[in-house]
Amino acid sequence: MMTSAETGQPPVAIAVRDLTVAYNDQPVLWDIDLDVPAGVLMAIVGPNGAGKTTLIKAVLNLVRPAAGSVEILGQSYRQSRDKVGYVPQRGSVDWDFPTSVLDVVQMGRYGALGWIRRPGPRDRELALQALEKVSMRDFADRQISQLSGGQQQRVFLARALVQDAQVYLMDEPFQGVDATTERAIITLLKDLRTAGKTVVCVHHDLQTVPDYFDWVALLNVRKIASGPVSEVYNDTNLRLAYGGRVAFLSRDSAAPATAQSVPEED
Amino acid sequence: MLSLTAGQMEVQIVAIVVAVACALVGVFLVLRQMAMMSDAITHSILPGIVVAFFLVQDLSSPFLIIAAAATGVLTVSLVELLNRTRLVREDAAIGIVFPALFSIGVILIARFAGGIHLDLDVVLLGEIAFVPFNRTTLFGVDLGPTALVMMTIILIINLLFITLFYKELKLATFDAGLAAALGFSPALIHYGLMSLVSVTAVGAFDAVGAILVVALIVGPPVTSYLLTDRLWVMLALSAGIGVLIAVSGYWMARGLDASIAGSMATMTGVIFMVAYLLAPGRGLIALAFRRRRQRWEFAGTMLAIHLLNHEGLPSAEQENRVDHLQEHLNWDSDFAERAVRHAERHQTVVRQNRHLYLTEKGRQRAREAIVR
Amino acid sequence: MFPEVFTDIYSDYTIRNITLGATVLGLVSGSLGTFAVLRRQSLLGDSISHAVLPGIILAFMLTGSRDPLILILGAAIVGWLATLSIMAIVNTTRIKQDASLALVLSVFFGFGMVLMTFVQRQPDAAAAGLSRFLFGQAAAIIWDDVRTMLIIGSLALAILFVFWKEFKLVVFDRAFALSLGMPVQRFDVLLTSLLVIAIVIGLQTVGVILMSAMVVTPAAAARQWSDRLGVVTILAGGFGALAGVSGALISAYTARMPTGPTIVICLTAIVLFSLILAPNRGLLWAWVRQHRQSRDIRSRVVLGDLYWLSQQHEGVDHGHSMAALEAMSAGRVAVDHGLEDLERAGLAQRIDGDHWTLTEKGRQLAVSDLNDEDQDQRDA
Repeated sequence: MMTSAETGQPPVAIAVRDLTVAYNDQPVLWDIDLDVPAGVLMAIVGPNGAGKTTLIKAVLNLVRPAAGSVEILGQSYRQSRDKVGYVPQRGSVDWDFPTSVLDVVQMGRYGALGWIRRPGPRDRELALQALEKVSMRDFADRQISQLSGGQQQRVFLARALVQDAQVYLMDEPFQGVDATTERAIITLLKDLRTAGKTVVCVHHDLQTVPDYFDWVALLNVRKIASGPVSEVYNDTNLRLAYGGRVAFLSRDSAAPATAQSVPEED
Repeated sequence: MLSLTAGQMEVQIVAIVVAVACALVGVFLVLRQMAMMSDAITHSILPGIVVAFFLVQDLSSPFLIIAAAATGVLTVSLVELLNRTRLVREDAAIGIVFPALFSIGVILIARFAGGIHLDLDVVLLGEIAFVPFNRTTLFGVDLGPTALVMMTIILIINLLFITLFYKELKLATFDAGLAAALGFSPALIHYGLMSLVSVTAVGAFDAVGAILVVALIVGPPVTSYLLTDRLWVMLALSAGIGVLIAVSGYWMARGLDASIAGSMATMTGVIFMVAYLLAPGRGLIALAFRRRRQRWEFAGTMLAIHLLNHEGLPSAEQENRVDHLQEHLNWDSDFAERAVRHAERHQTVVRQNRHLYLTEKGRQRAREAIVR
Repeated sequence: MFPEVFTDIYSDYTIRNITLGATVLGLVSGSLGTFAVLRRQSLLGDSISHAVLPGIILAFMLTGSRDPLILILGAAIVGWLATLSIMAIVNTTRIKQDASLALVLSVFFGFGMVLMTFVQRQPDAAAAGLSRFLFGQAAAIIWDDVRTMLIIGSLALAILFVFWKEFKLVVFDRAFALSLGMPVQRFDVLLTSLLVIAIVIGLQTVGVILMSAMVVTPAAAARQWSDRLGVVTILAGGFGALAGVSGALISAYTARMPTGPTIVICLTAIVLFSLILAPNRGLLWAWVRQHRQSRDIRSRVVLGDLYWLSQQHEGVDHGHSMAALEAMSAGRVAVDHGLEDLERAGLAQRIDGDHWTLTEKGRQLAVSDLNDEDQDQRDA
């Protein structure tokens, strides 16, 4: 396989090839081809049940695909694992678990620590720095159940930051957070992009896509479109992804669409 | 050998009545995902029974049943109370409450019931073979073994409750929110059901003991759940399976000269295993067949979509080569070859010079699959 | 009785075995139980502990030996088999976890009962010893049992210590652990094996029917005292040991006092104490906090009303009747108690009998309260 330097194309952070994922032979993703260029801030949008979370999980090798493959920075996930940071959905863990904020953030260092070794002073320092970046340093010793939703999300982000990765995959980082946290998160994500990192977020709020992201993938079991927001984020593609379930606010279909997802049953 | 004495016949009938009564309430416990509550209640009503027994000194007194029902409701309330403090989760709350109550019961028996007819083994394991010796008479007429009289009454109560409140039970089981909105109190139904479970358990105690009641409450509904989708069929099937358990368990015990209650529980497991393997549509064997069929169908659809996605694109020449499927779809060559042959047989693709092309039928199939 | 117990621990061989055995058992099952409770497997523990009965009896029937190691091995194998059956039923049918647990529990136990009738039919006196596996019998613990518990228990605790960090992550955030490439399923198997060990280790002392309490209750109690997993685990071990020792000794010294139930009663006392009195999470403190809060709200309401009244009249020293305040609060709060609290805090003072006015300190507080309220409204 040729490297990006040889072909003269922009380097690809994540390359998804012919990916099909099924749960009990019920297809969730059909034959997805997707290239995420390095250094973009990308949103994955699509209706509920479109397979957004599954796509992220397949990239992370958390679910076994029925067909196809994924490469991260030109390598398999197994080889590039230490270059990938992951922010799961906030609701996926038990926040009454007896542990502290600092402890959760230090979990981001477990990959680097390897087996059996415990986190040391250096890991602690890195964790505190990451907490500083999300303005949560003062909460380091708090029990995690005493945090608000937005604070919990920041802790998860801090944990991803200490992973010091090249590619970040985030599952709905804006889900149920307050306005302040949302602003803080987007600033942080843009800082990551400036630092040359690639960030991929599952995103729900169609209105904010043009403001927050520069790259987008529209998904509904199959890939509808992907590319720069200015090129592919339009009425036509949104209609293809959401069917008739989107109320469009923009009249000019040439302009980037601002649309609102109509609540639906999952 | 197959002839039964009158006493053995009575044992058999008691076993059947107990099994049916348990199976009926069990259906709702299983559907409400509260099966482990039956384990909790059958253990925790023990202190209620013991205290009532100390007061009336008669194991067959209806007072014992009332006390047991009250203790059962107490158990449910204690679990809910603990759960509501949000200091422990529901499963842990159950795990704390029933051992505590059961322990009180066991200690009471061990310390104060020495010599009286309330033996730990009997409470725990039951001894259905002794059932015919304890008889109920009314106005000098022998009505039959006390256990049979008691269990028949309990069975009738269960049947009445289920027939009268069938609609409410159904609604509260499948949509508690709607039930509440329509003015049927789900809490009332819940506690009513729990009282029935307690009453049934105490009636069955004598015959099969605390732990094996659980087998009779959970086994038949779980087995029938593999066989039907309709509530009333499930109730009828559960009752039938209860009878089957009672009869086969009795004969197993006679054949092996082993504990009747233990044999009934064992037969519960055997009958479940049979349904688990053979149930039409849901059994393990049917499932394996379906998986096999679906696997190739799925692979065929996957192939069709793959070809459709690249049709007419410059990359098509690369993507549609048979020997490239291995690389692109990450299929091993054997699997790829078999999938292609399956697709050819179903006329969704044609092979020309080691390249694959969709037929119109294949295109149709791919489009149908991706547009939901 | 009690001083006698303490001298006996040093002199009496039996008592020493009981104490040691119960301590090891409580320590191991309590600390391993923490993970079971956090994984929401409290009831799995109950199911396994009942289901191991046929394992014990089969081990005895096959080997004819009452060696604790062999019986425990038999129990562990069948405990694993039960766990696998439960998982298989949940994964391949639409039967839910709870029904699957209850079914396996009762069927396995029932099969154990059938086997038990075979064993009891044998004239061999050794078979009689098996019935103590139902409710446990502390007095029958011999050094062999203690040694077996010690070996298996230390092994289990060592595994817990070595993979501490991994266990914590796998239980807290499975998806993240997977993304780091951890063999999460293997850790699941290992954790469930530890649960099986936690259960079988206490079977002779506590018995199959109540053993699950040894796993669940100490962890639930310990969780109330700390928010750190390490502390919770150690405390759970401590509570387990405490209940184990006190229960076993009470049972050994009292006639007709079955060991298992006695230990469970001790555990229940510990968990009740913890639920009510543990700092921060305890129900008593929650109640006190709530009471204090509602008192604080009452004072603030009365303070605000008093301030409003003073604004309507010239002069701060003008007294206002309690009747006026009661009319303002319209029964929302108990004005008389509120005024007493304010007086005690030096925020309000009584002038001529039934009339009240704010102190300077009270006036300042009322003004700052009002400003805060305005700020809140602007924010909203």
